[in-house]
Amino acid sequence: MRKFFTLWTREVAVYFRSPAAYVILFFFLLLTGFNFYATVSAMNQAPVRFSVVEAYFNTVFFWFGFVLPFPLITMRLFAEEYKLGTIEPLMTAPVRDMQVLLAKYLSAVFFYIVLWAPSLLYFAIFQWQARIGAAGAAGPYLGAYAMLLLMGLFYISIGCLASALTRNQVVAAIMSFAAISLIFYWGFYSRWFPNVSPLLRDLTDYFSAVQHMAMFSQGLIDTRPIVFYLSMTVMMLFFTFQVFQYRRWKL
Amino acid sequence: MIKVENLTKRYAGFTAVDGINFHVGKGEIVGFLGPNGAGKSTTMRMLACYLPPTSGRAEIAGYDVFKDSLRARERIGYMPEHVPLYNDMRVTEYLKYRAALKGVRGRRMKERISDVMELCGLGDVERKLVGNLSKGYRQRVGLADAMVHEPDLLILDEPTIGLDPNQIRQVRELIRNLGRHHTILISTHILPEVEMTCSRVIIINKGRIEASDAPENLRSRLRATGDVRFEARVGDLEKAKADLLGTPGVKGLDVWIEDDWAVFTLATEYAVDPREAIWKLATARQWPVRELSRERVTLEDVFADITHPDE
Repeated sequence: MRKFFTLWTREVAVYFRSPAAYVILFFFLLLTGFNFYATVSAMNQAPVRFSVVEAYFNTVFFWFGFVLPFPLITMRLFAEEYKLGTIEPLMTAPVRDMQVLLAKYLSAVFFYIVLWAPSLLYFAIFQWQARIGAAGAAGPYLGAYAMLLLMGLFYISIGCLASALTRNQVVAAIMSFAAISLIFYWGFYSRWFPNVSPLLRDLTDYFSAVQHMAMFSQGLIDTRPIVFYLSMTVMMLFFTFQVFQYRRWKL
Repeated sequence: MIKVENLTKRYAGFTAVDGINFHVGKGEIVGFLGPNGAGKSTTMRMLACYLPPTSGRAEIAGYDVFKDSLRARERIGYMPEHVPLYNDMRVTEYLKYRAALKGVRGRRMKERISDVMELCGLGDVERKLVGNLSKGYRQRVGLADAMVHEPDLLILDEPTIGLDPNQIRQVRELIRNLGRHHTILISTHILPEVEMTCSRVIIINKGRIEASDAPENLRSRLRATGDVRFEARVGDLEKAKADLLGTPGVKGLDVWIEDDWAVFTLATEYAVDPREAIWKLATARQWPVRELSRERVTLEDVFADITHPDE
């Protein structure tokens, strides 16, 4: 456990030591801030039947900003160690492969949380200024942020796998970007092709990030997406573990 | 300390290490020699628990490198070739991180880090970023990292490559001092270095061990067949040639004339030294002699003889 913590601290430190992290944080804040502004401005035009929280997590600005950071925060994890050769001193120290994998994965999750934490401020500021809640109850907050975390866990695990597959960070970024985009767009299938069979529609809806978020940000908690994201995350991490070990046999 | 049995590493289509066997006892400094691509680094990586062997086994301090990898790793200090380091960390920070990974904590960590920093001469650069260090200092950081948890065994892959002569001398000095408390397996191209630091040499070529002995034994083995140089003023050259070829132990000769001196290079039979017979011949014929010597064999010759780089 101590070794895990040592590894994790080192991985987190890498994020916050590089100027790139602050650039990502800055522009991400700009993007999410604009999203908040646009949401509230639009809701000012006419009476609506949804909360600010619900609106915020369902705009196109939100989704665009949401998908973008994953390749950027995960591409480094393994690829850089392969490239610099530092994987060799790392793996000849008495640490388990699983400790290394989880430390890397959870450091990216931590950065992701730091990335999204400031968005809570928007709602606090809204409440302070408008003197009404951004959502009627705690449910939408809980649902929206739970979904944000669940999707984050899954997409980061995809990025982790992509990074373990190559020593080239750009290749890792493109692979995870393509994979995440495909999974994301797959959820739109039934919208774009309305004539599909009900079975296929159910199937694609089951994967639909947009629908998951729409539901959770209303405060409606459904266990199916929770199981889906957690099991997919575990599967991706399992694949990453296999790839990580396999590379040592092959090297 | 190291026990290697039939260790083999095969990659798709070629065998990097082909069933090697050797033992290294506690306190030995063993030099691992071989041309590029001979399988030195692969062997060291397997011993350091980085690469799993295809077949065969290796034990470090009684622990199997594959089955008991974690415990074996705790006893090894490994410095990989080219010393990959995290460039974004400062020297002390890096050593602290590495010490923590290797289970060195608390007060002992403090002591160990100041010890290895002093031993490796890192005092001047403790606050510097690893990425800004010169090659020589990087090497020392790698060495300090390898030693920080007081391992029983140090595995150093080309520790002096890319260093200037002064730095090489310093590192060599350091290794020799370390040999008092550690078992060391060191690979290198630089042969004088091996002669100066190692108590035993293992020569590996094309994945197989070709020789394993003390440097002086290896040299004497080759000396047994070394050429003899003989320079004298021999009136009749043809007659002298015949006389020399008639000397027991002389297999063949080469001759050229330098002013009025004849310079012979005599090939000798294995384990026969014909110098005495030649001296007797020269005195009998009353040839003035200015040189009668046997080639001094260096480890370089042994290395060349065993690995045949020309072929």
